[in-house]
Amino acid sequence: MNLTLQVWRQENATKEGRFVTYKADDISPDMSFLEMLDLVNERLIKAGERPIEFESDCREGICGSCGCVINGQAHGPLRGVTTCQLHMRSFKDGDTIVIEPFRAKAFPIIKDLVVDRGSFDRIIQSGGYVTVKTGPQPDGNATPIGKDVADKAMDAAACIGCGACVAACPNASAALFTSAKVAHMSYLPQGQVEAHKRVVNMIARHDAEGFGNCTNIGECHAACPKEISIQHIAIMKKEYICAAANYEPEIQRSEGAI
Amino acid sequence: MLSRILCSSVFQKVIMAVTGLSLIIFVITHLSGNITLYFPDGTPFNKYADFLASLGWLLYAAEIGLVATFLLHIATAIQLKMSNSKARPVGYKVYQSKGGPSKANLSSRFMIVSGIALLGFLVLHIWQFKYGPGIEQGYVVDIDGKQVRDLHRLVIETFQNPLYVAIYVISMVLLGFHLRHGFWSAFQSLGMRNPALHSALYKLAFVLAVLISLGFLGIPVWIYLNSTGVAS
Ligand code: HEM
Ligand code: FES
Repeated sequence: MNLTLQVWRQENATKEGRFVTYKADDISPDMSFLEMLDLVNERLIKAGERPIEFESDCREGICGSCGCVINGQAHGPLRGVTTCQLHMRSFKDGDTIVIEPFRAKAFPIIKDLVVDRGSFDRIIQSGGYVTVKTGPQPDGNATPIGKDVADKAMDAAACIGCGACVAACPNASAALFTSAKVAHMSYLPQGQVEAHKRVVNMIARHDAEGFGNCTNIGECHAACPKEISIQHIAIMKKEYICAAANYEPEIQRSEGAI
Repeated sequence: MLSRILCSSVFQKVIMAVTGLSLIIFVITHLSGNITLYFPDGTPFNKYADFLASLGWLLYAAEIGLVATFLLHIATAIQLKMSNSKARPVGYKVYQSKGGPSKANLSSRFMIVSGIALLGFLVLHIWQFKYGPGIEQGYVVDIDGKQVRDLHRLVIETFQNPLYVAIYVISMVLLGFHLRHGFWSAFQSLGMRNPALHSALYKLAFVLAVLISLGFLGIPVWIYLNSTGVAS
């Protein structure tokens, strides 16, 4: 199949970016979206041009490094799929495909389609952990946890931190990411010790990084390759409301990104 | 340092939700009183208006509370909107919803637009009726031997003008759009975690929005049609 690509090209975080049109001819419908970009890049290199920079690692939908906005949809048209797992059969011969990076103030562009998602790491650092004793591995079922609770915690823990929720959100909010990281621990007994401190500090970090405010539109849920529900956002909010009476966040909204 | 909590994205939405739900309670109360405007006889409506006026300081207290709720709702909405605009300095060339579980629609995407339109409507509405002509201007009626303001006549006269009918109808459609997302959203903002309630409330929001919208916009339409003789 023959396609036309409109790709966002940007030298670095400070330079201004623009769209550049490329022809992508003789593309097999069996190729993945990233393989298609690989091919286009090979041709660009042969022609002496700078290849299109994009991020990928596992290419099997589990690491969360890949991700761009394809025709206005984070990770492209399919639900429950990352960009690396999207195949060219989802497009038609002759299509024009607009490829943009995930756009948010808190995701500064490094180059072309590659963005810096360090803000996610800093949200995790601010509270996304549990304190455990070191030593031998605890016995299985030493802490009994009901199947329904374990399932819910797993649903939230499926988050791969790709950033599609932020990209898809009309407000560029990271509420879904933060809530998944809060909820998967708040369900479990191991997560209770730091429960209040965690939710208050993670949300304070979220706000300071310059993410927007959730208005419950739920586009994040639709874009999430792991289909994480916005019900986790409600859980995070309830946790926050309970915790705010008892715990003071360590940073202020106006402090900004590190 | 309570301010760290008060400024947080979660707490600001708690303010939106609490003020928004309070405004919904007000709107429903207001509609229940105004239902009397569907009656051909103006006495029940004038009695109701006179009852409110007779509350004296209680009415003032309620009005101050209502104005404060509106101001808090609007000020927080504008603050949230501004910080959301800053969160994505460079927008997308193409942007489309993925559908499915997404609740992106005209209602949820344009809350600030329907909200600001409602604010404009409120100014007109209060100026027209609350500060409109009263007993001194001859809008007076005798009910059980008491001279009361004939608000009913003012309402009927206002809605002889098709322009006002149109403004009211459009505003109430926008109110419906605001509540379609707003009612459900408020519960989500307050951390309602029951998954069954989640979808039930989303459906209820639709029903509530349609009922409130139609209930209000029917009044000017009904009055206009009656006076032109279409409905009688
Ligand atoms: C009859 C009057 C009104 C009622 C009953 C009402 C009700 C509500 C409710 C229940 C919400 C949902 C709160 C939440 O998402 O947590 C809401 C949100 C909102 N309201 Fe209103 N509102 C009214 C008037 C206004 C006005 C005059 C504005 C003017 C700017 C406004 C702007 C907004 C905005 C922007 C939101 C969305 C906030 C967000 O999602 O972050 N509203 N409203
Ligand atoms: S490259 Fe790992 S998820 Fe796509």
